[in-house]
Amino acid sequence: MSPPSSASPETHYLRIRREADTRRKSFVELTEPRIHIGMATCGIASGALETKKAFEEALAERRLSARIHSVGCIGHCYAEPIVVIDNPASGFPPILYPETHPGKAKMLAKFFVEEGDPRLEHILGATEPNDMIPVITDYPRFNMETRVVMAKCGKIDPEDIYDYIAEGGYAALAKSLQEPAARIIDEVVSSGLRGRGGAGFPTGRKWELAAGAGGESKLVICNADEGDPGAYMDRTILESNPHQVVEGMILCGYAVGAENAIVYVRAEYPLAVKLVTRAIEQARKLGLLGKQILGSPFDFDIQVFQGSGAFVCGEETALIQSIEGNRGMPLHRPPFPVQMGLNGRPTIINNVKTLATISPILENGADWFRGIGTEQSPGTAIFSVVGNVVHPGLVEIPMGVTLRTLIFDICGGIPNQKKFKAVQIGGPSGGCLPEEFLDTPIDFDSLIEAGAMMGSGGMVVMDEDACLVDVSRYFLEFTQNESCGKCTFCRIGTHHLLTILERLTQGEGRPEDIELLQTLSQDIKNGSLCGLGKTAPNPVLTSLQYFMDEYEAHITEKKCPACMCRSLTAFYIDLDTCAIGCEACVAVCPTDAIFTTSTRKKGVDLVRCVKCGECMVACPPEYDAVRRVSPLGLAPAVEKPKETPRKE
Amino acid sequence: MDDVLQAEEEAILSNVRSRLALFEKDRSRLIPILQMIQETHAYLPAAAFGIVADFLGISECDVYGVATFYNQFRFNPPGRNPIKVCLGTACHVRGGDIILENFERRLEISEGETTRDREFSIERVACVGCCAIAPVAVIGETVHGSMAPSKVESLILRVQLEKEREERSQAKNESTQ
Repeated sequence: MSPPSSASPETHYLRIRREADTRRKSFVELTEPRIHIGMATCGIASGALETKKAFEEALAERRLSARIHSVGCIGHCYAEPIVVIDNPASGFPPILYPETHPGKAKMLAKFFVEEGDPRLEHILGATEPNDMIPVITDYPRFNMETRVVMAKCGKIDPEDIYDYIAEGGYAALAKSLQEPAARIIDEVVSSGLRGRGGAGFPTGRKWELAAGAGGESKLVICNADEGDPGAYMDRTILESNPHQVVEGMILCGYAVGAENAIVYVRAEYPLAVKLVTRAIEQARKLGLLGKQILGSPFDFDIQVFQGSGAFVCGEETALIQSIEGNRGMPLHRPPFPVQMGLNGRPTIINNVKTLATISPILENGADWFRGIGTEQSPGTAIFSVVGNVVHPGLVEIPMGVTLRTLIFDICGGIPNQKKFKAVQIGGPSGGCLPEEFLDTPIDFDSLIEAGAMMGSGGMVVMDEDACLVDVSRYFLEFTQNESCGKCTFCRIGTHHLLTILERLTQGEGRPEDIELLQTLSQDIKNGSLCGLGKTAPNPVLTSLQYFMDEYEAHITEKKCPACMCRSLTAFYIDLDTCAIGCEACVAVCPTDAIFTTSTRKKGVDLVRCVKCGECMVACPPEYDAVRRVSPLGLAPAVEKPKETPRKE
Repeated sequence: MDDVLQAEEEAILSNVRSRLALFEKDRSRLIPILQMIQETHAYLPAAAFGIVADFLGISECDVYGVATFYNQFRFNPPGRNPIKVCLGTACHVRGGDIILENFERRLEISEGETTRDREFSIERVACVGCCAIAPVAVIGETVHGSMAPSKVESLILRVQLEKEREERSQAKNESTQ
């Protein structure tokens, strides 16, 4: 490829940029109200479609003219469906409303859109500084984040390329196309960016290898096969801002000298598939993809491949196998994909988040990026924080922030006055860390040192009611199921690990089990080819290390300290507080396990009881009579009357 | 019932045959072909494997091996109201398995099966991405958050009542015509 000759890419880009600016200007200068609705999968799941319909109906009914703007997700799952209403005529700044269900939508259409009364009791805050009402950035969940990858998520319409361009999108591409490819790689190397797929391999190094690889047609693959059950940031990025990923892919292609690219996205993410496909079409139309991009001699195009759902396909060689139409089984490395990948072509595979970080780096410079995060792990990390926290959702923080800050300050801590017990980081490959590790800074190396890993970025916070043995069993059930079956230790070893853990949760644990778990885990780690097997025992090993007493209680006392393992837990009704005549628990019991005792109070038939805990929720707080105990023997026996209730 | 199924399957197979023509005869098209069949017909009938294998010139067991490797593919027809219970990490911590168990008990089928009247089927899925409202179940296209065992009963009842209402209004329409 000859170096680009004239300044044409930027000129080309400026023309598109002017069009975007004109469109943006006409949108911003609208005097009519604008309603932004978060319409990513999470928003839709919480009812955003109904909310949008309610707004449309209310606007039509009241003959109001307002613009409805579908945007992506801002990552605040606890508040979905989220709506931002900007009504310039009211004199108020744009205001963010949480949990806007249809009723609230109709109310807001009437009061705020029509009458200009923002109904302050329903707001979360204004999105712009002003001197009337609090701003959302006054809350820690908003102001303690640093958004690099997700900066534009939730602000722009993912279906409109001009929206992205008006925010400065594709400027980095135009600039970079005028420079030699080697300079882009230098910039990425000196930024210190490490692959966000989990392992943290230096991205610049990978690009150097790919650029240096022989072979004619190189290939770029964007790995969006997010398989961790509990991590969804890749999906959110593709659904909220697909163009930033597309731009990253083009830049990667230019830097390493590739002509083709594939986005490998899970078929289970239909909206992400749709939006990224549309983004590629739009980019093609504007000359950002295809032949002679922005007038430069560089040709590049992207195709979408839908992955069929196999956790192991997150592994590079397995992913390539699956595109070739085979079962996704990892191959031995070397040869590495950068030397010999899809159909023998040199293939460079990067994660969605890695690629989405490229354009901000090239736009602002490597030094800017190095200024965020830590020395060894520059930049930001995105976590999906779920489980027992007040404000779950996606959080983007600079590397180096401690777990305590993330969980307690940003995400609001543990709800219901419960105590923090453990945090599971990195999904099925990661580990559980106890309270002592809350001051661990979040970066690649510190987490590995503590026994967890960055992994996919899934983070599950557990309160005192979680049983670590059961959580380990859950993750093993997942990895055992997802093991591709190639390596004996992974295929059979994880099965045995699972059998032992199941035995423990059912109260049939044996004293030698703990040692067996440890040696078997080590064997699986040593005897597996790919990351799945090498990391599958991590949840077991870390929980054994930090929560040994729980394992021991399960084995020696047949007791689940958290009362989570159902085989070891019994429910009973405290006859001192149970009220005569109350039937609340009877009504909700799915198996008719609750009977009336001879004293006309209630008792639990332990044979029928499936331990779902529904009676505990249903029991009125003033009686609070349902008790959950472990081990089983602690539940007092209550005699069940033989006959149907006696006549009074 | 079986006759109905067989007739349906025949129709599906002939449709598959005609659609295959749109694809390149290349091994790398295998997964997209299987996805196409499932997308149009909601499942992969066993007889389709042979057709696909012939088309691509690979063995039938190769096709079967790939299809069963991936979680996306299902091999029996789903119910009219497919129920997906999320067992992602957040849902598990909040009792997703109890919800699955309640659906199974109530409908008297196991996960992966369809009721005899083909009204309901149950599937477990790993994370639908609504972790904040866990535990979650998806019926048809609708996501139901903060599930509880008592909500299982009411959701199934609601689907059944709606069906009855529809049948009644249909019968009424027919009698008035």
